[in-house]
Amino acid sequence: MKDDIYPKKTITMRHKNFQQKFFYIFLLIITLIVIAFVLGIIMYLIIKGAGAITWEFLSQKPSAGMREGGIFPAILGTIYLIIGTIIISLPIGVFSAIYLNEYAKQNKLTNIVKMSIVNMAGVPSVVYGLFGLGFFVLFLKFGRSIIAGSLTLALLILPVIITATEEALRAVPNAYRHASLALGATKWQTIVKVTLPQAIPGIITGTVLGVGRAAGETAPILFTAAAFFQPNLPNSIFDQVMALPYHLFVLVAQVSDAPDDKKWGTALVLLIIVLFFSVIGTGLRTRARLKRQSGHDV
Amino acid sequence: MANQKSLFRKIKNFLIARFIFFNGILSIIILGLILAFLLYNSLRFLSTYPILDFLTGTKWSPTMEPPSFGIVPLLYGSAIIAFGAIIIAVPLGLGAAIYIGELAPRSIREILKPIIEILATIPSVVIGFIGIMVLAPFIRDLFKLSTGLTALAGSIMLAFMALPTIISISEDAINAVPNKFRSASLALGATKWECTYKTVVPVAKSGMFASVMLGLGRIVGETMTVLMITGNSPRIAFSWLQPARTITATIASEMGQTARGGMHYSALFAIGLVLFVITFLINFIAEGFTRRIKDM
Repeated sequence: MKDDIYPKKTITMRHKNFQQKFFYIFLLIITLIVIAFVLGIIMYLIIKGAGAITWEFLSQKPSAGMREGGIFPAILGTIYLIIGTIIISLPIGVFSAIYLNEYAKQNKLTNIVKMSIVNMAGVPSVVYGLFGLGFFVLFLKFGRSIIAGSLTLALLILPVIITATEEALRAVPNAYRHASLALGATKWQTIVKVTLPQAIPGIITGTVLGVGRAAGETAPILFTAAAFFQPNLPNSIFDQVMALPYHLFVLVAQVSDAPDDKKWGTALVLLIIVLFFSVIGTGLRTRARLKRQSGHDV
Repeated sequence: MANQKSLFRKIKNFLIARFIFFNGILSIIILGLILAFLLYNSLRFLSTYPILDFLTGTKWSPTMEPPSFGIVPLLYGSAIIAFGAIIIAVPLGLGAAIYIGELAPRSIREILKPIIEILATIPSVVIGFIGIMVLAPFIRDLFKLSTGLTALAGSIMLAFMALPTIISISEDAINAVPNKFRSASLALGATKWECTYKTVVPVAKSGMFASVMLGLGRIVGETMTVLMITGNSPRIAFSWLQPARTITATIASEMGQTARGGMHYSALFAIGLVLFVITFLINFIAEGFTRRIKDM
C-alpha cells in the first residue's frame, strides 16, 4: 500500500537497509577473523602441547642436547627474572607515578616526562636488549646475569606500571587528600597513608600486566641473561639463567632435530604463564572500572 | 625541641620531594641513556666505516672479507614486511574497532575485548613458532615454493600482532566521539550505519590514524617473530614470496656471534640506532595525532 504513495523513498530505504545489513555483516566477519586467530592459536597450542606436559617435563632438566628431559631450569629462570623485574620496576614505577600525579606542576618539564614515558613504551624490545648489553652487562660489568636481564626487562615494563599507577592515583578523589591535609598530615603522610592504599588495586593490575609481558619477552634477555643451556641451577643474581621464551627459540631455531612435542609443550607452558598474568590483570582492571563506574552513578 | 622536630620534618620532606622528583624524571634519563649508549657503542663503526656506504650500501655481509655493512637490504626487508603487515592490519583493525566500538551490543563487546587483549599478550616467540609450524608450510604449499619462510609469512603474523594496538586505540577514539554528534546525525534521518561512517568515523579519524602509526611502530620493532619466520636472507627481493630480513632480526641473530667491541658489534649498535630513530619518529607522529583526540 505504502509503495504507491512513497515509491521512491521506500526504494532508498530498502537500499539503505540492505547497505546497513551488508556492512554490519562485513564488519562482523572481520571481527570474527581476528577472534578466530586468537582462539585458534590458543586451542591449537593446547591440543598439540597438552600431551607433552608431564610431571617429568616440568620437573627435569633438558638432556641429550635438549632432545630429552624437561624444562624445569627454564621455568625457574623465568620465575627468577619475573621476581627481579618486579623488585626493580615496581618501586621506580610507583614513585614515578606519584611524582607525576601528586608533585608535578603543569609545566614544560612535566610534559617532557610524559612524552618520555610514551616514547619509552614505543622503544623496540631489541633496542632494550642492546642497551642492556651495553650498559648493564658491559659498562656496569654485571655480565650476562639475572640482575642484568631483570634490569632490562624492568625498563621495558616501566611505562606500563607508571601509566597504571598514575591512572589509579588520579581516580582517588581529592576530598580524601584535603581531609588528610586538613587533619595536619604532611603531603608525604597523606600519600603513604591515604592516597596510595586507595590506588593499590590499580598498581597491582599494572604490575601484573607488565610482568605478563616481561615473562614472554625474548629479545631483551637474548644478550643480557639467557643461557642456551645451564646444567646447574643459578645460585646468585650474577649467574646466567635459562628462560622459557629463549628456550622455545633455541628448540625451534638452534637445535637441529628437537622433537616437536618438546617445542609444543614449551610453547604451551609459556603461554599458560603469560595468560595467567594477563587474565588476572584484565580481570582486576575490569572489576576496578566497573566499581568506579557504579561509584560515579550513585 | 619542637623547633628541632619541625626542622627534621622539613629536611625529611625536602629529601622525599627530591627523591620522588628523581624517580619522576627517570624516564627522561633512561631515554637519554639509551640514546647515549647506542651512540657510544656505534662510535667505532660510524667513525671508521664510510657513512655513505653504510646508508646506501646494498650488501650486508659482515663476516665476509672485506666485510660490507650496507643497511639498505635490511631497511628494505623491514619496509616490505611492515608494508605488507599494514595492508593486512588496517582493514582488519579498523573494521574490528568500528564493530566493537560502535555496532556490537554491549554484552558481545565485553566478550570480544578481553579476547583481543589476550592477543597482545601472546609472546612473539610463540607467534613465531606457530608461524613456522602452521603458516609457513601453508604458504609453501599454496604458492608451490621451496620454503614458506617468506616476507609474506612475516607480514601476516606481524599484522595480527599489531591488531590489539590498532583496535584498542581506534576504539578509544570512537568512544571519545561525543554522543550529541550521533544524536544529531540520527535526528537528520541517517540510518545507524550512515551515522557510523559519515559522522563517527570522520570525527574519530585522527585517533584511528594514530592507532595505525602505533601499530606500525610495534611492527617495525618486532624481533623474534620475524627472526623465526621470514627466512632471514639479507638480499633485496622484489616479492613477498621470498625470504627477507629486518633490522631487528639482524641484531638478534648476529649479536651472539660477534666479538665485543669489534667492528661488527659496533655496526649492530649502529643499525640499532637507526631503528631507534625510526620508531621514535613513528611514535612522535602518532603522539601528535593522539593529542588531537584529547583536545576534542
